[in-house]
Amino acid sequence: MSKPILIVEDLTVYYYTLKGIVRAVEEASLKAYSSDLVALVGESGSGKSTLGYALLNLVPPPGRIVKGRVIVNGVDVLSLRGDELRKARGSLISMVFQDPFTTLDPVRRVGDQILEVLLEHGVPLEEARERVVEVIRAVGLPERMARAYPHQLSGGQRQRISIAAAIALKPRVLVADEPTTALDVIVQKQIMDLLDDVRKTTGMAIILITHDIALAAERATKIAVMYAGKIVEYGPKDKVIGDPLHPYTKALLKSVPDIESREWPRPIPGTPPDLRKPPSGCRFHPRCPLAMDICKRKSPNIVEVEPHHYVSCWLYEGGEASG
Amino acid sequence: MGLLRYIAVRAMLIVPTVLILYTLVFIVLRILPGDPVLAVLGTKNIPPEQLEQIRHNLGLDKPYIVQYFEYLWNVLHGDFGTSMVISGRSITADLLERLPATVELAIAGLIVSLAIGITTGFIAATKRDTKLDLGLRVFGSVTYTLFIPWLGLMFQLIFAVWLRWLPASGRIDPDVGLETVTGFYILDSIITGNMEAFRSALSHMILPALTLGLVLSGPYTRLVRTNLVKALESNYVLAYHARGVRGSRILLHAFRNALIPVVTYAGLQFALLLGGAVLTETTFDWPGIGTYLVEKVSYRDYPAIQAVVIVFAFFVGVISLIVDLIYALLDPRIRY
Repeated sequence: MSKPILIVEDLTVYYYTLKGIVRAVEEASLKAYSSDLVALVGESGSGKSTLGYALLNLVPPPGRIVKGRVIVNGVDVLSLRGDELRKARGSLISMVFQDPFTTLDPVRRVGDQILEVLLEHGVPLEEARERVVEVIRAVGLPERMARAYPHQLSGGQRQRISIAAAIALKPRVLVADEPTTALDVIVQKQIMDLLDDVRKTTGMAIILITHDIALAAERATKIAVMYAGKIVEYGPKDKVIGDPLHPYTKALLKSVPDIESREWPRPIPGTPPDLRKPPSGCRFHPRCPLAMDICKRKSPNIVEVEPHHYVSCWLYEGGEASG
Repeated sequence: MGLLRYIAVRAMLIVPTVLILYTLVFIVLRILPGDPVLAVLGTKNIPPEQLEQIRHNLGLDKPYIVQYFEYLWNVLHGDFGTSMVISGRSITADLLERLPATVELAIAGLIVSLAIGITTGFIAATKRDTKLDLGLRVFGSVTYTLFIPWLGLMFQLIFAVWLRWLPASGRIDPDVGLETVTGFYILDSIITGNMEAFRSALSHMILPALTLGLVLSGPYTRLVRTNLVKALESNYVLAYHARGVRGSRILLHAFRNALIPVVTYAGLQFALLLGGAVLTETTFDWPGIGTYLVEKVSYRDYPAIQAVVIVFAFFVGVISLIVDLIYALLDPRIRY
């Protein structure tokens, strides 16, 4: 297999709030290869968006990346500073946000906003102008839309423009934070089709942050399940959906209504923990039906149970030596 | 075309505004005790027949409704009447002479207040939650509460009396012999190339403009700070960062978004600016509409007071129309 395009190692992000330290992301590790669509699924507050921002070294204050590495195409994004970091954003790794109604500057023409990305990364004006036209066509919009202001476009069109601005420099990794949540189902499908198309034609890896497990099951190549700031299970989509290992993943899958199944969805009892005071040991143990004594005391490591299928649970750590 | 239609409608709306204000001031002047005749002559022993004669000559014996419409009719024909106190003195001529002085002061005050307000607001927003931010916000609030005549007196004391850097009052040194073209002294001295007059007019302008501008700058500090902070926290700023746009450019984009409400406020504040100019003028002996108005009010010079109110109302209407048009230039979401 070729080299991974994105390597995330031990990424840890805390928010230093007045009410205490929020351990939003704890030692997250991931790998993504060219054309991968890695879905990062989890409940609200599980830290998936924070992880997304951290990939661009763009965690808003009072958040701080405490440790870890994010390597995109061989470049450690977290070690970059100043102008190097700025130039890496957009050209190496870029991002699309949830709400297309607020992520474009309301007083500037959308074409100018795309053009600016190119110019800011040193693309000469003439070439940049041509690229704007190209990229607007590539996201399925007519060329003349470049002259529109955001308020003149629909939600789907704005999200297409946001994607165009994010991929104008052909970054290797695109973080998409709930890109379709604010849109209706038809437009949702169109946007996901567009992201699939971009990924397949450019080889870009997409990190799709979503709470919609059905969407992840439909579109992803790999799925990472997050719970309370930790990646609890990670692997190829078919494995994670078809043969889930972690009790949380199993419970999460059962909690989603399925039109073909006769079973009623079963909610997970309890609530996610307060990340200022996460539970000791495994963070899921208070809600876990299979919790053992050790789960309360020690946090399990993430282990590769079968090729490319990782899980962080004492049920699977068994005899392996671990600290 | 939408824009022309909009301008036409807005321009027509100025008419009722002016009319309402004229009506109000007309009524108030007649309700207030005293009239021009008594105000000038006092209550000396004047035979009642003679008083009646003077009132008759001034048209004050006519029914109010006739006075109201007669004056309105004349104004519509560009004639603001003659003074009831200084007989035969044309009010139109007075206004033409004094209006440029007030407008010049108001513009200078507006420029100073915008310069102070936008600069301090910008710094406060970019240095948010620091001591500097707190200091600038306190500065903005405190200056807003200052009483213009008091601040003017302090400036006169410090810069004119103690330091002797600037003249204490007046609009220009009478010896410089400025030839007036537009009535705006700074502009006139540039047109005629009279450097001495230019220096004199400018030095007379500084203290009044600073007084007026400083007092009116506080709301701009707050407005710019609040809006810039809000803009910098918005999602599009985060998106700009995610796409690798330079921080200084992002700040500029956010600033443009933050300025939109400032323009609206500047338009709304124009009436306040004229009011402040009146106070500033009396403090600095500035020969504008403000001092004129104060003088005329004490003599109950009905037509002159009415004329000033009509002219002010008209100005406020025109300025708010202009501000609306600037607003549309800044914000593409506004369409008429």
